[in-house]
Amino acid sequence: MTLVRHELRQDRTAFLIWTASVGCLLAVCVCLYPEMKGEMGDISDIFSSMGSFTAAFGMDRLNFGTLIGFYAVECGNVLGLGGAFFASLCGVGILSKEEKEGTAEFLLAHPVSRRRIITGKLIAVLAQVTAMNLIVYAVSVGVVAAVGEAVPWKEISLLHLACYLLQLELAGICFGVSAFMRKGAAGVGLGIAAIMYFLNLAANIAESAGLLKYITPFGFSEGADIAAKGRLDGKLVFIGMVMGVTGIAAAYVKYGRKDIH
Amino acid sequence: MNAIETEKLTKYYGGARGIIDLDLAVGEGEFFGFIGPNGAGKSTTIRTLLGLISPTGGSGRIFGQDIVQGRESILGRTGYLPSEAVFYPGMKVRDVLKLSAGLRRCDCREEAGRLCGRLQLEPDRKVDELSFGNRKKVAIVCALQHKPDLLILDEPTSGLDPLMQRAFFDILGERHREGATIFLSSHILSEIQRNCSRAAIIREGRIIACNSVEALARTNARRVTVHGRVSLEGLKGIRDKKEAAGSVSFLYNGSMDLLLQALASGQVLDLSVSEPDLEEIFLHYYEAGGGEGSHADSVCGKRGRTVNDREKRDLAEGNAGKCLRINGNRGEHGKNNNEKDGEIV
Repeated sequence: MTLVRHELRQDRTAFLIWTASVGCLLAVCVCLYPEMKGEMGDISDIFSSMGSFTAAFGMDRLNFGTLIGFYAVECGNVLGLGGAFFASLCGVGILSKEEKEGTAEFLLAHPVSRRRIITGKLIAVLAQVTAMNLIVYAVSVGVVAAVGEAVPWKEISLLHLACYLLQLELAGICFGVSAFMRKGAAGVGLGIAAIMYFLNLAANIAESAGLLKYITPFGFSEGADIAAKGRLDGKLVFIGMVMGVTGIAAAYVKYGRKDIH
Repeated sequence: MNAIETEKLTKYYGGARGIIDLDLAVGEGEFFGFIGPNGAGKSTTIRTLLGLISPTGGSGRIFGQDIVQGRESILGRTGYLPSEAVFYPGMKVRDVLKLSAGLRRCDCREEAGRLCGRLQLEPDRKVDELSFGNRKKVAIVCALQHKPDLLILDEPTSGLDPLMQRAFFDILGERHREGATIFLSSHILSEIQRNCSRAAIIREGRIIACNSVEALARTNARRVTVHGRVSLEGLKGIRDKKEAAGSVSFLYNGSMDLLLQALASGQVLDLSVSEPDLEEIFLHYYEAGGGEGSHADSVCGKRGRTVNDREKRDLAEGNAGKCLRINGNRGEHGKNNNEKDGEIV
């Protein structure tokens, strides 16, 4: 627990900034909905006739005029992308920062096994991702209720659950990458998240690229599909979790034997 | 039982040499010096012993436990002071010490407070704001606060002012008298000479000498200082010659008869003949062409030469295997009394 507490304390500023940013953006988006609701008929027509752009963001599969349709596109992207960047940064820096900042020698000169160090850091990453999602979920639901809209509990909860799972997968993959890195890991983490996001856009646009949905976690967290089907795609989620767990396992194997410089 | 024991411990970084076939034995309760210039392999040895890096070959044991398998248990009894003290940003000194104690699962507040007082370290300062020397003090307290059985110190005094160095060695002396084993890695030879009972010299990844400090410092060479006018031409065995107005000083390991004849043929106003100190021997040994049978490498590592068999024999008397201990050659803090003359340990 000492190590977990220490990690959480070290990362608290970044956590607060990311959580506040994503939470505020979501709240602003939701606050815009009542004003935009009256104009949604025209907007939906415009959005649904933009060809590839419409398909890329799933706007061909949902009604932008409803709260959940609006929420799935606007808030789904804010939370999906913002949460993905946060989770990736959390995961990719947690092991590599010790060598980058020169603190690995201090940490590893203590009677703590590498396995315990990895576990402590993993718990810290998962705790931050979980806490951020819970806070953002509470903010979203609270603001929806505050603007006088009925809360579509099932759809919103599924959307947030999908984004949470997406972040867990990315955090797991980046955690594995972190074990191999010695410095400059932030760019790699952001790169992984961005690539995954664009892979999903490509899969939405071109049918021939549909298989990419099996690679990117944005595939199973697609707001349009969740709002339309009212459930998550279990197969895609399973593949995503396997990828995340593989990343974590790689971290245990690599960091357990790594020469620390 | 030995506190530290290695057998042909080897570490390569890819193709680059770290340490090669390192055989080392440090007895429990010993104050042991580890000497070598930068890049000789001192830190690699320490990092391998602490499990920060894995050995490529050979084996090592600390308190009888394998350095790879028993890492956690070994570190529980060890305090490590790195050459460069780096801590997590934004933390106060007090938090760093608490974190270190927490990772060791012990309450060290009392001892930490005592050490902070002696080293004049303010616990409420942020580590980011501390000078290099003060960060070093934090590292010292981290290494000592849990009262370890073994202290591994890598260039411990860099950044400390002379008063703090004295306070630090006073603390080490106390710990040593209480029974702790101290492994002091340094290229400051006076530190080794003042404090250690035995020492090993490492050069290009190999131990080239391991003996009591007194035996290592013992040499046939003498520092000769002559005031007056003398001709030293043709005299063999002169090195490190320093000339000043009316005087000349040099290290000499040639024939004393010939030296006396040369002096007698000149005008000598004053003459002193003394043993060179360890530092002088160390530096001299690594100079190109130096061949008095002393012990070392050039400090910059550029002018080194291959140590021949005779020199190794003269210096180390068996260092290729285990270290040779000689009775009665204790340093200031030396107290280990269980050695025998010529005993290979």
